[in-house]
Parts: sequence; C-alpha cells; structure tokens
Amino acid sequence: MKKGNTVFFKNAPRISSFAAVCGSKESEGVLGTFADIALQDDMYGESTFEKAECKMLSTAIALAIEKGGFTEKDIDVLLSGDLLNQIISASFAARDFNFPFLGVYSACSTMSESILLGAMLVNAGYCKKAVAATGSHFASAERQYRYPLELGCTRPPQAQWTVTGAGGCVISDKKEGVKIVNGTMGKVCDFGVTDVNNMGAAMAPAVAIITP
Amino acid sequence: MTGKSRDNFNPNYLNYVKTQDPPTQHFKNCAAAFGVGGLICCIGQFIRYMLEYAGLSGDELAGATSVILIFLGCFLTGLGVYDRIGRYAGAGSIVPITGFANSVTSPAIEFKTEGWIYGMAAKMFTVAGAIIVFGVFSGVLVGLVYLFV
Repeated sequence: MKKGNTVFFKNAPRISSFAAVCGSKESEGVLGTFADIALQDDMYGESTFEKAECKMLSTAIALAIEKGGFTEKDIDVLLSGDLLNQIISASFAARDFNFPFLGVYSACSTMSESILLGAMLVNAGYCKKAVAATGSHFASAERQYRYPLELGCTRPPQAQWTVTGAGGCVISDKKEGVKIVNGTMGKVCDFGVTDVNNMGAAMAPAVAIITP
Repeated sequence: MTGKSRDNFNPNYLNYVKTQDPPTQHFKNCAAAFGVGGLICCIGQFIRYMLEYAGLSGDELAGATSVILIFLGCFLTGLGVYDRIGRYAGAGSIVPITGFANSVTSPAIEFKTEGWIYGMAAKMFTVAGAIIVFGVFSGVLVGLVYLFV
C-alpha cells in the first residue's frame, strides 16, 4: 500500500540482525560502544584507504549474517553502496560473497534506501532474506570530494567529517527483530547550498520537506 | 545547472544556515597566521643571511634560499607535520613558498597508492595546477605590458 511517497509493509519484514564496524575516531564517540568492531588502525591492515573501506564493508556484511545465525546460502540478495566512484567498495565487497548483488547509489542515504528496497523485496515475497549494507571512509571520501589529507588547509568550524565505518543488516521474513512498518521514498531537494564542508545543511531540507 | 540558477534556490534557508554556523574567530586566526607566517619568513631570512655569509650573492642567493625553503616544506609535508601547522596557521602557512611546496607534495603522497605514473605523477598538480596556470599567464601579461610600455 502506498500513501503519498510512503509505502506501508503489510507483511512486516524485520531486521533480524545487524553489525557495525567503525574507525578509531568514531569509537571514541557516543555511538562507539554499539560497534561490533572498533578499528585501532584506520588502514585496517590494508595498503590503501579504499581497500580498508571495502574490507570494513565486507566484514560488516559477514558479521551481520553470522550474528543472525544465517549462512551465505540463506541470503537471497545484497543491496549495498558507498560514496566512491562506481560504488567500487560495495562492488568489491560483494565479490567476497556467493549471492546476488544490487548496487545502490544514494550518497549519504544509501543505508536507508537499501533498507527500503530490501524491505520491499522481502514484503513482496521476491526474497526471504536480503542484506542491506553500506560503508564509507573519511580518508577516501576526503580524497575524492575535497583536498588531500596532507594539504595544510584549515577546516571551517562548521565542517563535518565523513564516517569511517560500515554497517549491515539482514532483513528477513522471520517473526523476530525490529519490524519495518513503512518507508518513505525521498525527493531530491536543492536549496542552493554550495559549501562542500557543510553537506548536512545541503541535505537537511530533504528530510524536513517530505510530505507523508 | 547550479543551485543558484534554479527556482528552488532558497535565500531564507541559506541565511538561516549562516546564522547556525559557528562563528569564525577572525582575530585568533589572523594572529596565528601572522605569527606562523612571520616565523617562516624569519627562518627564510636567517637562511638567506647564513648563505650570504657563506659567500653567495644575487640570484644564486635568492634561488638557494627558495630551494631550501621548498625542501623544508616538502619534508615537513612528508612527515605529516605541515598539515598540522596549516590547520593552526591557515593563510600563514599557505602564502609562503613552503605552502606551495605543500600543495604539490600532498597530492603526490595522497595519490601514490594509485601508482607512480597514473597516480603520483598525473595527480601531483591537482591543487597547484591552477596556481601555475595563472602564475604563468599573468607573467606573460606583465611581460607584454613591460615590452610595449
């Protein structure tokens, strides 16, 4: 059932399990205690930040499947994306698993869009278990969108940081876990914010303006 | 099409965002930039005096001083110190020649992971390229003016 831009799930798909991996800076914050794995080293033992991002995402997906007591065979589809060009981290993370992958690019709302699509698939009965996951890395995002890390430029006080971390959840038709009741498909709202250091201000109207 | 040419461009919202931003501390930033920038210039002047004492003069002296400062800028960038100085000093560490060295070295380090040729060599001038283009261009313009006037 759909009302406005919001879809209602009558078969109540649920988030059966979830997992999160976070970087060292994130683990010091208030959400740090909820992460399953807190990295001490932002490179995660890899040679590049992009590989680290990919490994974090892969770890989060594997951990979410494991925590729910599932195996790879139970999963019907992976919905995932990230911030890099050609959603390359998600594509390479999907290489580690033996189930289909649907790439989602939705910038900062990749996770919510993945959950929405996953819930739609499970609700409609096209699949029984879908994994929604996403990941990002401060250093790789900074390199792609802003300046090199070693460049001695000042960050304005309103500057925000891209999260170093990854998270995944299994959406299933089992009768336990957090119920997904409805989901709203977002519109693109552009009020003309052009400050690359203040993406929060650019994105906030999309949340505020949505009509249910 | 940029946001500003669109109908949904919302000046009220942009003004609201501006009021919510934490204020930039202009006095503190200026003082830090003045102090650090001045210190870099003093170091440069010290190097110049030392080289003059060692017997260099004229263009050689100016060239040698610049080369030493550029080397120091690159070296400190490689050690990961210069970006910390830059975060504190702002324009104080960007304007001197060491800042230019930093703007070439930092992308070189950053993109080294993409390979030596397609990464480091190709991306080395992503930040400094604009400075070089407009520097050369304005140099040509001034040269033409100098030639004819």
